[in-house]
Amino acid sequence: MNVISATVFADAVVSVKAKGQRFRHWRAVLILLPFVLLLTVFSLAPSAWLIVNSLKVDGDWSLANFSDILGSVFYRQAFGNSLWISVCSSLAGLALALVTAASLRRVDCTLRDITVAFTNMTANLSGVPLAFAFIIVMGTNGAVTLLLRKAGWLGGFDLYSQTGLILIYTYFQIPLALLLLYPAFDALEDDWQDSAALLGASRMTYWRCVGLPVLMPALLGTFVLLLANALGAYATAYALMSSNYNLVTIRISSLVVGDISLEPNLAAALSLMLTAMLVLVVLVNQYLLGKNHAK
Amino acid sequence: MQNKPQKNLNTTQRYHRSVVFTFMTVMIFPVLATLLYSLSQRWGATVLPDSLTFDWYLQLWQDARFLHAFGNSLLLVLGTLVLCTVVIVPTAFVVFYYFPKLDRWMNILILMQFAVPPVVSSVGLLQLYADGPIPMVGTPWVLVGCYFTIALPFIYRALATGLQGLNVRDLMDAAHLLGASTPAAFLAIILPNIRKGLMAALFLSMSFLLGEFVFANMLVGSRFETLNVYLYSVRGTSGHFTSAIVMSYFLFTLFVTWLASRLSR
Repeated sequence: MNVISATVFADAVVSVKAKGQRFRHWRAVLILLPFVLLLTVFSLAPSAWLIVNSLKVDGDWSLANFSDILGSVFYRQAFGNSLWISVCSSLAGLALALVTAASLRRVDCTLRDITVAFTNMTANLSGVPLAFAFIIVMGTNGAVTLLLRKAGWLGGFDLYSQTGLILIYTYFQIPLALLLLYPAFDALEDDWQDSAALLGASRMTYWRCVGLPVLMPALLGTFVLLLANALGAYATAYALMSSNYNLVTIRISSLVVGDISLEPNLAAALSLMLTAMLVLVVLVNQYLLGKNHAK
Repeated sequence: MQNKPQKNLNTTQRYHRSVVFTFMTVMIFPVLATLLYSLSQRWGATVLPDSLTFDWYLQLWQDARFLHAFGNSLLLVLGTLVLCTVVIVPTAFVVFYYFPKLDRWMNILILMQFAVPPVVSSVGLLQLYADGPIPMVGTPWVLVGCYFTIALPFIYRALATGLQGLNVRDLMDAAHLLGASTPAAFLAIILPNIRKGLMAALFLSMSFLLGEFVFANMLVGSRFETLNVYLYSVRGTSGHFTSAIVMSYFLFTLFVTWLASRLSR
């Protein structure tokens, strides 16, 4: 990671020489120093620490941290749970946002503006307060829980479970998905649907052959961002379950601030594996964005 | 023959409106339920509350610990935003005016912020700054720095978008031609043009920084209690009281987010 920092400076220095105005541009470089310092202290140095120490056991270089994680049913379950909840909530969020975005394009301007503003506001409801709001609504004695129980539809639903987590995660995924998808609908021309109808296509055919293929890069790009959003989430799950549900982020925090034992090097390896997954997600998203622009 | 009145809305339009209203209803429901709970005297195993009261709010806003936590959060967030403005605005300008090629690197650095969740950063931060030459863990200073990294992507991108829209080089060349120095031209010409985007980004950052929990809980905890750390620590007490906290937080966040959207219009 520090390579990036060094390269930034190298690039700056090269630019300075290329310009040939040393004094003014060196002052400009000085202006970048506080930024680089803050980024290094609070982002790059901790990341570097993680990389180095994930490869150390009792001061010796080793891959034991990684093999311990991969060999542990417990940690594999953490990754499995995290991926499952992330995929389910991202797919559900994406599907619901897609339907809503499609309708949002068709309603009158006033309702559209109100809804977009409303979505912006609800996009920030997450974490501890959101978990509490759901406990009130769907907890053991929540209003919705009581209604469903009375109607006989509650079944085995329990908010304090994997299903409950998927539900809450879906809730905070929908506004984000909608905000990302709504602009993508600009790619669909209104008269395409009319043209398709003239040629005898049903609405279903239009969406299957024209609408969805055109939107696919945006859909996939949004999906991977939702995935990253859910994989890295911690506060909501922690507030709902404390450390009682096995997620990667919960495990990481337990290893460095837990009550049982502190294993920072193992936490570093676990963190690095999670970050690798998220980096992959970001790269896929960037590739899809590029693909979108090419059209 | 009398003409039949035309329908105002056809079937398709009604469908689209119902989808949008359903979406809004689902999203607002937990908030409204929390509001109702915070205003109810007692709400046991029944669908609706027994009676209404403002007592929980009165109790809340007389709670010294809550006021302290809320004050801490505001202080942290405002401090972070000041730091962001002082550091990122000049940085963005320097990148766009002197070193345009750096924008690509800036974007890479910004993307990396998204790939490293707070719980991951906290591991490295705890080990590096818990003791040793720079013992920041346990103090609000580490939080200001961490919040800086959270807000950075949003603020830099807002400024970058604004600066891309301007023709920075031509504006600066014209200003120099008329005898202005670079700092004077920046303050008089560039800053006013990006002010609106900056303000929107600052308010948006404020809304999610107030909700930050991971860094605050893992790095500082009760030693400098923030709003969400306080909320988490009192979760075992009365649900009505915690609802009042949640609702106060929701309303404040909605207000700040509304300000952000107003400024970006």
